[in-house]
Amino acid sequence: MKFYEYKAHEIFRKYGIPVPRGVLAATPEDLVDPPLPCAVKAQVLVGGRGKAGGIKFAKTLEEAREAARAILGMTIGPYTVRQVYAQEMLDIAKELYLSITIDRSARAPLLIASATGGMEIESVPEKSLFRIHLPPLVGLQPYVLRALAKKLGLPKEGASRVSDIVRKAFALFEGEDAELVEINPLAVLKDGRVMAGDAKLIVDDNAEYRHPEYADLPQDRTPLEEEAHDKGITFIQLDGDIGVIANGAGLTMATLDVLNLKGGRGGTFLDLGGTDDPEKVKQAFEILLKAAPSVILLNIFGGITKADTVAQGVREALEEMHVNVPVIARIKGVNEDRAREILQGIGHPADSMEEAAELAVRAKAGGP
Amino acid sequence: MAVLLDEKTKLIVQGITGHQGQFHTEKMLEYGTKVVAGVTPGKGGENVQGVPVFDSCFDAVDATGANASILFVPAPYAKDAAIEAVEAGVELLVMITERIPFHDCLDIMPYARAKGCRVIGPNCPGLISAGKAKAGIMPNHIFKEGDVGVISRSGTLTYEIVNAITQAGFGQSTCIGIGGDPVIGTSMPEALELLSKDRQTKRIVVVGEIGGTAEEETARRAKRIRKPVFAYIAGRTAPPGKRMGHAGAIISRGMGTADSKIQAFEAAGARVAAYPVEIATLLRSD
Repeated sequence: MKFYEYKAHEIFRKYGIPVPRGVLAATPEDLVDPPLPCAVKAQVLVGGRGKAGGIKFAKTLEEAREAARAILGMTIGPYTVRQVYAQEMLDIAKELYLSITIDRSARAPLLIASATGGMEIESVPEKSLFRIHLPPLVGLQPYVLRALAKKLGLPKEGASRVSDIVRKAFALFEGEDAELVEINPLAVLKDGRVMAGDAKLIVDDNAEYRHPEYADLPQDRTPLEEEAHDKGITFIQLDGDIGVIANGAGLTMATLDVLNLKGGRGGTFLDLGGTDDPEKVKQAFEILLKAAPSVILLNIFGGITKADTVAQGVREALEEMHVNVPVIARIKGVNEDRAREILQGIGHPADSMEEAAELAVRAKAGGP
Repeated sequence: MAVLLDEKTKLIVQGITGHQGQFHTEKMLEYGTKVVAGVTPGKGGENVQGVPVFDSCFDAVDATGANASILFVPAPYAKDAAIEAVEAGVELLVMITERIPFHDCLDIMPYARAKGCRVIGPNCPGLISAGKAKAGIMPNHIFKEGDVGVISRSGTLTYEIVNAITQAGFGQSTCIGIGGDPVIGTSMPEALELLSKDRQTKRIVVVGEIGGTAEEETARRAKRIRKPVFAYIAGRTAPPGKRMGHAGAIISRGMGTADSKIQAFEAAGARVAAYPVEIATLLRSD
């Protein structure tokens, strides 16, 4: 789960991490008493908003409203900006960097800090990064904070303020089932205060059931992806035109790759998973058809899920929905002969994934 | 030899009375696995496919001497079930369950390790030592005993490749489905290490995908072992920033691309297949 900046700031505040004052606005007139001077920032879930013109600075209320007028309705990536956040400008003396993520290889939370903040962390030289694992089951111990203060060369008072923020950020990381807590810049102000200049938060989707309060927050999904998500279907819209549907994430990815090798481009990643429930298969095809593919490429490896029962579901779905684009069906595994019989007259059968991909590319070009 | 699992392994099925648990208990018994006990709290005294059900892993281990467990418990209860199995003393825990919160896995994995319990998964098809025993959900009929060790992050894609390996006249030693999550009990390089030391295993197939750096680490290790390694990487065309079905399959901040993994394996001298079943062709031409 991703969060709009204002929402992430709200959650950071809940954990006692100081963040700049700010107000949210859906129209320029919503800005009545913004902190001044301020940065008016587009609220979108994708990066690169600064370059797209989604951040403007204002000294007066009129300028702030002017900025909001310019930014609201703007398109950034695939999204239209619906809200802006007018945020207090900070008097920054020094910008640091702080993040906590999950290190897969170490199976542990990883803290990264740097005395060079404010820029993309990828462009910070490796040797100026301080990396340290936070041992799971034990958590954040004081030695981490001592090492951090030393590495970043923080004076005593600054060190204690930064340490306090690190402790709270770790509490947030654990308490909210976060995959990423990032503060960039971690701003040391001219008056000595330390504040999260920007806050980024990603929460583990698998933990959604523990955080029902986030269930209705908008995510960076297309309307069709949102519909699929609500139905529990794993679906991603891609920029090609061949509708790919398969069972299993790895197999679906592989099918898209093979299609690409054969000169086609997948328009959908649709993973049926382990289901052969005809109702579920039908729902999946409904989503697939809404993506308006020029050809459908079905690739099923029936292991535990039997090929013929999947085929039955596919047949029912296609008949009921009067599909008039070519369907290339490659079904392999338990009861594959019966599956072929069931799909007779409906799809073009293929023996292998490669053949199916070739047929799909040819069908698109005007018939197999 | 095979690794981790054989015909002597005494297996518990946690969540045996559920739909999945019942179905796969039958299939594992059919394959010859010694399923000695099931666990479902509150259902002690019942039986599934002739396998006695206990209220806890402690009872199951006491009564049967079980030394391994496979877990079909729904995600919200998986941490509880996993820690119970570890405390009851099993040496091998296979976690099939998908969608377990990452933070639960951050607790389970180091705890199990500290207690000497090997975890496979979660979000995986499990383990099979061909011709000997299965602690997993893979289709039985595609496997044949042989000398190819298989390591994989996915399910059906692995079946596709294993099927092709078998059809090409080869067989498998142990197939380890390590799981599609970011935090897993046995990593890809660790699985490679296990198979590299196994006498039955003469060559190793790695089925990887986008996300993380496990393939790159595995490739570095592959350079140091004598057995030939073959790899297929899924997700060459996956767009960055999107989770491709598996929680761990995501290219983020330029990390975890298929290209980087393919290059790493090639640099290590491994043969990399362009499409899944080409693995079988590469094995034959080796």
